[in-house]
Formats: sequence, structure tokens, C-alpha cells
Amino acid sequence: MRLWRRTARNEPAIDTHAFDLLALTIAIVLLVHAPHLPIWLSAVLAAMLGLRWWQRRQYPGHTSAWLKLPLIALLAGAVVFSYGTIFGREPGSALAVGLLVLKLLETEVSRDARVGIGFGCFALMAALLFDQSLLATILVMLGLLPALAALRALEPARVPTSLPRELLPGLGLVAATLPLALVAFLLVPRLSTPLWGAPNRSEARTGLSDTMSPGNFTELLTDDRPALRVSFDGTPPASALRYFRAYVMWDYDGHRWRHAEMRRVPATLEASDTVSYRVSLEASDQSVLPALDVPLEAPAPGRLTADREVARRARPTNDSLDYSLRSALHYRLQADLPDYARRRGLQLPAGFNPRAIALARQWRQQQGSDDRAIVQAALTLFHDGGFRYTLSPAPLGQDAVDDFLFDTHEGFCEHYAAAFTVLMRAAGIPARVVTGYQGGYWNTFGNYLLVRNSDAHAWSEVWLSGRGWVRIDPTAAVRPERVELGATAAAGNQLGWYRTSWLHDLRNRWDIVNRWWNQGVIGFDEMRQQGLLTPFGIPHTETATLGLLLAVACGLFAGAGLFWALRRRRANDPVLAAMRVLERKLARRGIVRRPSEGPQHYFSRAARALPQQRKALEQLMQCYLDLRYAHAEPAPELTREFQQAARDFQPRRVVK
Amino acid sequence: MRGFLSRIQQWGERRLPALTRYRRPETLPIELHRRRIYIVPTGFGVGFSILLLVMLLGALNYANNAALLLTCLLGAATSASMLVAFRSLNGLRLSHIHAGNAIAGETLTLTLEFDSSRARSAIRVDLGASREAFAVDASGKACVQLPLSTTRRGWQPLPRLRLWSTWPLGLFRAWSWLYPQQQVLVWPQPEFGGPPPRLPVDDGQQRPRLHQGEDLAALRHYRPGDPRRHIAWKASARHDGLLTKDFEQPETRSEWQLDWRHLSGLNHEARIARLARWLGEAQAQGRTYSLWLPDQQVEAGNGPRHYAHCMSALAMLP
Repeated sequence: MRLWRRTARNEPAIDTHAFDLLALTIAIVLLVHAPHLPIWLSAVLAAMLGLRWWQRRQYPGHTSAWLKLPLIALLAGAVVFSYGTIFGREPGSALAVGLLVLKLLETEVSRDARVGIGFGCFALMAALLFDQSLLATILVMLGLLPALAALRALEPARVPTSLPRELLPGLGLVAATLPLALVAFLLVPRLSTPLWGAPNRSEARTGLSDTMSPGNFTELLTDDRPALRVSFDGTPPASALRYFRAYVMWDYDGHRWRHAEMRRVPATLEASDTVSYRVSLEASDQSVLPALDVPLEAPAPGRLTADREVARRARPTNDSLDYSLRSALHYRLQADLPDYARRRGLQLPAGFNPRAIALARQWRQQQGSDDRAIVQAALTLFHDGGFRYTLSPAPLGQDAVDDFLFDTHEGFCEHYAAAFTVLMRAAGIPARVVTGYQGGYWNTFGNYLLVRNSDAHAWSEVWLSGRGWVRIDPTAAVRPERVELGATAAAGNQLGWYRTSWLHDLRNRWDIVNRWWNQGVIGFDEMRQQGLLTPFGIPHTETATLGLLLAVACGLFAGAGLFWALRRRRANDPVLAAMRVLERKLARRGIVRRPSEGPQHYFSRAARALPQQRKALEQLMQCYLDLRYAHAEPAPELTREFQQAARDFQPRRVVK
Repeated sequence: MRGFLSRIQQWGERRLPALTRYRRPETLPIELHRRRIYIVPTGFGVGFSILLLVMLLGALNYANNAALLLTCLLGAATSASMLVAFRSLNGLRLSHIHAGNAIAGETLTLTLEFDSSRARSAIRVDLGASREAFAVDASGKACVQLPLSTTRRGWQPLPRLRLWSTWPLGLFRAWSWLYPQQQVLVWPQPEFGGPPPRLPVDDGQQRPRLHQGEDLAALRHYRPGDPRRHIAWKASARHDGLLTKDFEQPETRSEWQLDWRHLSGLNHEARIARLARWLGEAQAQGRTYSLWLPDQQVEAGNGPRHYAHCMSALAMLP
């Protein structure tokens, strides 16, 4: 233990207040990192923090090195055991948080505490690399308060206060410097390309998958997080028309539908009614960008596929993505179906779902060549066949569609879309499954459509001669509310108490703050920064201009700060102030008042030096002496008189 | 040319007193202002700034605006703390210095009186190796006591003082040098051992006269012949033998006349040291004493003020 105690350890130990504040800072660091740490590691670190806090209160002193060294080894071992490596974002931050807690074990003097606080600030910032939502950011900013308060508490000779009051000056400091921070935030030039590797996404974001098998939407449908936000130029389309296409799936192997892209030009589109809109997509794993119905052209970050999906150009990242689009609401898509597409649209795996295929063939025999009648027959089946919409349907067997159509009769959009498409193909109508989002919450305050992951939906498109691909939503036949009111209404009360309507409504309204945060702060990237001066007639702001602006702004703030720092509190004694004026005037004539000199002596000396003004000086002296010594509370007019006389007095040149 | 140079020097002294006057003592009160307060980052401040740079780079690289905002907040608070550090010294006034008394070689207690128009926290004063921290409360007054080591008797000028503060976050250190034009008087060190003073009147009654006074001196074992009324009955009851009270008459101590002229065999400093010892002994014994020095004569007297007067007179001898 002696080995580890430095010779400079004769510094006094930090007081309880500072230690408590430091422990609080570390606790907040632990809290903001907890979502991505393994639960057991968070629990162990929290327990260690609590134990150390308790130990220092009961038995002051730092922990011995014989305990610390094994703990560090144990921590490194635990991180390697849990993540398989010690490098990278998650293991790195787990290690950092662990080391921070261990640092508290040996913190006794102010030097250690300062190192701990600096490291804690870094760890707070690291937490934002995992989650930069509004709530996480606010929590992290709150973590700054105990950190700043702890730094203050390390200074000697302070006025003692209670622990909560210690936090206030830090808040005041941050609040006072908030304008500078915001200007710096706006003007610090963003990097167009990262200096080193952008972080690997390792956290699996939910999102639509490029395969679909009945049942794999369940997780998504109970996920309340926002998926995209859409703001329309002009009036938004009616709620029944808000279908956002993501994946178009052709290939069916009896179990799952699969998305596979064909390298062909986009299908022809005749649009009659278009709408322009802007989508802000939350971070997701999807390789396609959802677009309302059928997009006319690809936005900047994507390209159109053969089926007029919008495929992402770049790999998905951890950040949200904004794009502008124009889509057709009423359209004719691929009026002429090529042969290969027809074959693909009719393909069914052999040996599956014999009863469904038989039913479809029977419809074909009954209706002849009337495709629309067959579609209607299928929708009638769903509507009147005793089908139920539920998010927890009974499991299905080998012939999933048969089991669903003829036995269980319950399921949600995926089941209906898959079964419908199989029926259509069996009846000889080209059909495909489309997944995406439907509905959403219209935020009247923010004028945008909020689409959550729970709004994920699946439907079918069938090719009718003369009409092209037509969207058919079989779920709507069973549960029209799904389309009119959204997933929550359709699910009824299957989603648990926390999604009760008023709470849900509140969350939807609150989303405008998240949107504002995402657009205004998180999405403030290099492009937006370059457009910063557009209102002032400069459409493209160069990095050098930004730097110059930043320097100017910093200079202005420095000036304001210096003004504040140099400002002296005016002497609130008017008589003294007037006397100082007089002294300055006399000093210019060489009559400097000595620090030890009383007023009477000074005035007589001045009168001797300025014999011409003897009378005026004697009057001034009498007035001053009266003000100072004749009254307990001098009359205000006398004060004014003296001030006036002192202002008016002009010493003439000394005659030697 | 000479006049020009001296004008430049005068201008410099007026503009930057702390730069040019640091070797020249100033009269009290000394007020700290912007021309004499210096500020640099502390080691922790430098480290923290590097940390902020790393955070800035990280936030920019990962295009993480929340982290960038956090970094900007911290950076702004850091730079504001520099101004706060400056402000904690700006306008502070050292109004008085009271010096205690000390014998050469011992430490002397200096009391510095500061006043200010507002409350301040965590200001430290360095004087040689000693350091004290103080705060000015809302009343605007603060007293700081500092030990000052002394070496030789006589007037000793005060060394330079350093006032500094790392308030509020410990990131910046603002400091200012103070060189008050004030001297403290250090008393001479008494010699060790040596003869007692030659007494003017040898009254021959050195031993205390027991049994004859009024004041109780001690209890002792009973000896046959002790008067019965001197037996301490109560005390004897708690003891296994009889105890007798001893009485004593306080001795009328003779006045000591301490005279420089009687020490003609010694050199200058040895005379001072001997006189200082005698003064100390006389003071300890509670005697009345007078002091004759070549340049002044201190009339007979006693008590601490008299002692201080005599010692100061000794200290000021050439």
C-alpha cells in the first residue's frame, strides 16, 4: 500500500460535500450509460458506488491498492467476457464507466477528485453517442450540474451551504453562458467527411425487414417509437390514402415472402394526382426509404427500383435521414405487364396450401375471366368469413395460409396480405405483397404526420389489365378501423394499460418536441449550416465565413464578459463620490491627498496652494465637514449643494 | 533623451504598476485592479481544455450534435470561469496590516485586513511558505492571520505577498503581487544563561518568610510545636496524619534598574541580548523595572505594555 501512496499525499482530504457531489456526478454517468451496459454490470457498479459512499461516511480513508488492483483486473475481465473485446464503442464506454467508479474508490484529495470530474464529463458526452434524444440530452446536461458544483466545492474557504444549493451556482454559470454556447454550436464548422471511421452501428434498430412471414411484425407493432415524420406541401392526403410503401415482395417459398431487387428500369407510371412532401426518417436498418404510394422520382439519398421502391444509396447509419419526394395518389402503374413479371407474379411453391389453391380455382371457374369479381370474392370472404383481427394469433402449421383461412381465422395485416396474395396468384391474377406504413397521427400543432413503428402494415397489390397494379388492403375488409384510425384502434385494448388513449394522445402531442429537437438540433448538419445565412441573402456559407463569424461572436461575448468583469460597483455614497471628483481635480494641480490625510488638513493645504480660491475651498471644506460630522443623517439638499459645488469647482493654475 | 526615458518609465509605472513596481513597496491601502491581476490556466485547466478539444473533435467526427452542444456548454462555462476568477480579485483592497510582536527567530503573526464591496470566496494569500485561504462575507471585511518568520532584531520590511484564487472551478488561476510598504518590529533575542542583574539594594531577605504571612502557601506534615490553629483539620481528616497550613508573606520584590552602562564588558549585541533576558525575567517574576539605554530612558513600571515598550526600545537600538 505504501507503494501507491505518493509523497505529495499530505494534502488535506476533500470534504464530505465535495465527495457527495462527485459521487452524484458518477451516479448520473452510470444512469445515462445504463441502457447499453449489461444489467449485471450496471448493478455491480451501482452497488460499488453506494458502498464506497457509505464507507467514506463511516470510516474515512481511501480503499487500499490490494482491493483496487484486483477490481480493475476483474472489470477488464468482465468487459472482455461480456463483449468479447475491449475496443469499440460499447466495451470502451463500459470500461470507462467502470474505471470512473473505481476512481472514486481512491479519491481522497482534490487532485483525484478533479481528474474524476474531468473524466466524468467525458463519460457524459460519450453517453450521447448512444442516444441523442431530447430526454437523454437533458439528463446528460443535468449531470453537468453536480460536476460543476463538485469543482466549486473543492475550493477552500467557501460559505457553507446545503447540498441542493450547491447546484444552483453551476446552473447560473451554465445559464449565463448559454448564449455563447448556442452561438458556438451554430457556428462551429461541421465536418463534411469524418476524420476517422464513423461508428459501426452495432445496436439493432427495429424497422421493416425485407422478408415477411406471418407473425414477425408483432414486435414492430408493439413498438411505439417514431418511424418517420412527414410534412406535406399543401393539404395532406386523407387518412385512408396514407400508405407508405417500403418493400415490394414477390418471392414466396411457402413460409416467407422475400424482397429481391431486379436490375431493371422503374415501371412506367401515369400519375393524375401528385403530392409533394418531406420525410424525416428515424434511424433504422431498412435498406429502402418509405415513400407515400408511388414516387414520381427518387430523392437525393435514394434511387428508384423496378417496382418504384426508393432504395437507399448509402448504408443505413445511426442518424435520422431527411428527404423530399413527390408521389402520385391516383395513378396507373405498369399498365403493360411483361411476361417475366407476370410469371413472377403468379409463382407459387408446389405442395403448399392445397385448400386455398382449390378455393381460388373454384372462384376462377365461377367468375370466368372477371378478375375484379375474384378480388371482391376474396374480400367478401375476409369480411364475412368470421375473421378476427388480433395481434396474438394462434400459431400456424406447415400450410400456413390454409390454416389461417380455414382453421384459426385470426391474425393481423401480414396474415391477411399473405393469404390474399396466395389466393390471387392461385386464381391466376398477378399479385405481390407490399410492406410499409399506413396511417399515422396528424399533429395539428406541428402540421406533420407522425408515423410510428406500430403503424407498420402489409397489404397486397394485384395487377388488373387496364388498371396496372392496384393496391388491395385485405385487412381493411376485416377491420376498417385499421385504415381509418390506425393500429391502436384496430388492436383494441390488446396493447396494455400504458397505451390507453389519453396517454397515447399525450405522447402523440409531445412528439412535436421530439420532432423539433430532431430537426433543429440533431439534424443541424453541414448542409443546414451552409444555409444558415440564407435569410440574409447568402445562400451558401463557406467554412471560412463560419470561422470568421465564430471569431467575431466570441469577440463580442468576450467584450460583454469583460464589461461585466471590470464593472465596479459605484460607490453609493454621493458625498464620497463628489469628494473623489474634487480630489481628482486638485490632484491635477499637484495637490494629491495623502492616504492618511484628513479632509480638514487636505483642504487647508489646498487653500494654501491655491490662495486665489481660498474662499471657495473653505466653503467646500465647511460643507463637507457639515455633511460628514454635523448630522447623523445629512439633508439631501446639502448633499446636492456639495455635489454641485464640487462639480463646478475649477482649480486655477498654481501660482508659485 | 534621459527625460524621455524617465517619461516612458513614469508612463509604464502608471499603466502597469504590477510590472514595474514589484520591487518597490506601496503604501496601504492597496487595491487590486485589472492592471495588476494576472491570470493563467492551472494544470487542471490545461488538461480540461485538452479534454474539451477531444470532445469537440469526437462530436464533430461522429456528427453528434447533442455531444457538440454539451461540449459548447462546457467550453462556454470554462471561459466564463476565467472572468469569474479575475473578478474574485478585482476590486479587493488590502486596507491594514497589524503586526504582532515576536522575538527574533520566532514567528510573528501578521493580521491582514481586506475589504471589498461584495462577497468573495476562496482567495488565498501566500507569504513565503505559509498559505491561508479566506472568504469575504457580505459585510465586506475579512481578516487573515499569517505567520511571518523573523531572523534578527529591528525593523523588518514585509516581504511580497501573493494573493491568488482559482475560484470558481479551479481551471484558472488569477494572482496579484502585493508589496506593502510596512515594517514590523522584531524584538531582540534574549541570551541563554548569564548572571542576574546587579541589584541596587541588597536587602538580604531572599528566602520567603514562612508562618508569618497571611497567604496560604502549602500544606505540610504536622511537626510538634505547630500552632493548633494552623492545623488543616478538614484536609487532615482525609489523610492519615495531621497536616499543617504553611503561611507565607509575599516578598516585596525590589525594583530592578536595568542599565546599559553596567554592561560595559560586553559587545553591543550581547548587551542587548542580556538586557532582553533580564527584561524577560523581570516580567516573568512580576517585578517593577526600569531601563536605561544610551538614547532613551524608560521609567520604572511593570505589566505587558511596559515590557513591550522596553523590548521595542531595545529592538530599535542601532
